[in-house]
Order: sequence, then C-alpha cells, then structure tokens
Amino acid sequence: MTLALTAFAASAEPPSPGPKDFDLPAVFHIGEFGVTKPMLLVVLSLFVIVGLFSTMARPAAVVPGRMQFAGELVYGFVRNGIARENIGSAEFMRFVPYLFTIFLFVLVNNFYGLFPFLQFPSMSHIGYPLAIAILSWLVYNGAGIKKKGFLGYLKHETVPGGMKGPILLLLVPLEFLSNILLRPITLTLRLFATMFAGHLLLILFSLGGSYLLLHSDNSLALPAGLVSSLLAIAISFLEILIMFLQAYVFTLLSSMYIGEALADEH
Amino acid sequence: MITSRLALAAAEPEDTNPLIPHTPEIVISLIVFGLIFFLLKKLVIPAFEKAYAERTAAIEGGIEEAQAAQKEAKAALDKYNEQLAGARHEAAAIREEAKEQGAQIIAELRAQAQAEAERITSTAHAQVEAERAQVLAQLKGEVGSMATQLAGRIVGESLDDDARQKRTVERFIAELEESAN
Repeated sequence: MTLALTAFAASAEPPSPGPKDFDLPAVFHIGEFGVTKPMLLVVLSLFVIVGLFSTMARPAAVVPGRMQFAGELVYGFVRNGIARENIGSAEFMRFVPYLFTIFLFVLVNNFYGLFPFLQFPSMSHIGYPLAIAILSWLVYNGAGIKKKGFLGYLKHETVPGGMKGPILLLLVPLEFLSNILLRPITLTLRLFATMFAGHLLLILFSLGGSYLLLHSDNSLALPAGLVSSLLAIAISFLEILIMFLQAYVFTLLSSMYIGEALADEH
Repeated sequence: MITSRLALAAAEPEDTNPLIPHTPEIVISLIVFGLIFFLLKKLVIPAFEKAYAERTAAIEGGIEEAQAAQKEAKAALDKYNEQLAGARHEAAAIREEAKEQGAQIIAELRAQAQAEAERITSTAHAQVEAERAQVLAQLKGEVGSMATQLAGRIVGESLDDDARQKRTVERFIAELEESAN
C-alpha cells in the first residue's frame, strides 16, 4: 500500500479503474514471450490443487482424518451432488474426473482474487474460461455422438420431443443455436464477466476509498472514503460467495449438458 | 500491484478489449487443465474411491456380521429353551417314578414286617407250647411219684411195685390231664 500511496502522491489524480487494469505487464520474458501474472497463477493452481488433494486423498482410510474428510467433502460434493444428480448413476463415473477438475480449477483460480499478494482472479482473463468451455463443449457433444451417432445426436439435441410439422422449421434452428452453438459462449461469458466485474468493483472501491481518504481536498471526501472502504470489505465477502458459486455453476452446467446429451428422451 | 497497474495506465492510456482472448492463455489453460485432470485421475480419485468402497464394504460387512450374530444368538436361545423344557419334563418323570417307587418300597417293607411279626409270633407260640409240654411231661412223672408216695403214706404200705396200683395212678393222671386241658 505504501508504494501505491507514493504513486498517488506523485500523480494525485483521481484513479479511474477500467479494463486497462486487467492488462498486466509481463512479469518476465522468455525470449519474445512475455509471461504475465495470470499465467503464473494458472500454473500455480496446478501445484495447489494436485498438491493439496493428493495429500488429502493419500491415506485412503476407512475412517478419515481431518484432511481426508475435507477432501472427501469436496469430492463427494462434485461426485454425488453434481455429477450423479445430473448424469444419472449408470454413466456418471466416467465424467467425475473431468467435472472434479473443472470445479477445482475454476474455484482455485477464482479465489486468487481474494488472496493477499496474489489478488487477481485468473478467470477474469477470457482466454482461461474459454478453454474450459471449449473442453466442456467437446465433452458433452462427444459423449452424445458416441452414444447416439452423429445424426441421432443432432436430432436428439435439436428436435424437441412431441413436435411435428412446420413448427420444426422454426424450432430446429433455435434449438441448434441454443444447445450447440451458444453454450460454450454463455459458459465462458458468465464466468469471465462475473470475475471481471467483481475484481473491477474491488479495485474501484479500494482505490477510490484510499484516494478519497488520503488525497482529496473535498469536504465530503472523508465520509465518502469511509463508505467506499467499507464497501470494499463488504464486496470482498460477496466475492467469496460469487467465486464459489461460479465454480459450482460452471461444473453444474457442464454436467447438465452431459446428462442431457446422454438422456434417452427429452 | 496497484502501483504497476497505475504505471501501466499512465504508460499505455489506450483501452484494451477484455473480450478478445489471448491465444497463449487458452493454450496454457488447456495444458494446465489437462495436467490437473490427469494427475487427479491418477492420484486423487482412485484413493477417494478406494476409501468409499472400503467404507461401504465395512458398513455392509458389519451389518451382515450383526445379523449373523443375531441369528446365532436366537438359535442358541431356542436350543437352550428346548433343552430346558426337556429337562423339566425329565425331572417331572423322575419325580413321578420316585413317588411310585417310594410307595412300592413302603408296601414291601410293610408286608415284610408283617411276615416277620407273624413269624416271630408263631415261633413264640411254638416255644411256649413246647415248654408247656415239657413242663407237663415233667410234672406228669413227678406228680405220679409224689401221689403214690402220698397214697402209700396214707394207706401205710408200699404200693410201688403193684401193677394194678400203677394202672390206677396212670388213669388218675390221665383224668387230671384231661381236666387241665
């Protein structure tokens, strides 16, 4: 914060947070390629997730210790609460590793936004959620095509049950658009936008608060700065919830798409 | 962090579009996701599933064991009840038999005692009779000689070797005997 303060003191201009704040400079370069903070954070998530969960899972005891119990809680939540509920007990086990990975990957990369020093949700860079959304698209369409054949699957996803006649001319393109084309985009945008907006709000209120309290000469600056700082704290708590919810929703929707693709009838 | 952001903002004032994905980020995301997927699938999920399966087996095994134990206990109880009933029945039979035997023994003893008593009584009778006969025979001789002596003294002469007198005495004694009897 002291560095930030000197920066303010030097510029003494009101901060104006915006999309440019998400465009971080490269931390270091490998040749021409600039390695940025979110890239490092995403790679770090590999070690965090695998390190943490292999430690928790290793005992594999019938009577779990605290660590194993915590790990099983998360695993059971994804396995039983999400995968089995939406895919059905016959086929869900195949998709559990994939859904478990989505949940942890998104969750950890979201929670970065609230950790001191890390403080940047990597999912607010659209490339990361896009990659997972494309994977989910491939997985659910692949599962459907494998089970019903290409045309059978296409019919399954685009022709609503019980519909006949010319109405299909209208419905089929709409269903195709919503079930096949738009799903990866909505998955991406939902996660990206909430993380982006949440982080932007945090920047706005924390920078605004410190500017108002320390650098403004306006007589209303003190109360406004206090409110702004308190809001920054309140929004941090809200963000905890949203970060979890987005990881849950992404996993839930992926499993619902898989379940729908494998379902026998609409 | 904030400093760098501000410095960046100052250095490059033009806005970047956050909706344009950067290819390196997609690639990194895919690689890291793939690695996490692979490692979780190899290291973490089998361990969790193993623990689940073992737990389920342990619980089911416990239930089965308990049911078996209960069954066994019930069988043992039935057996004991059966044995107990048998024992009671047997005891009743033994008691009954003992009662019968006791009665029989008493009857036998009574009969035996009666026979003994009769035997003793008859022996006593016989003895008494024999003694009486003996005494009577003895008396018969003595009374004869005493009477003869007495009569001799009264008559004043000896009648000892007179055959006729002897017959008279014998007749008298026979008369005496008859009257005594």
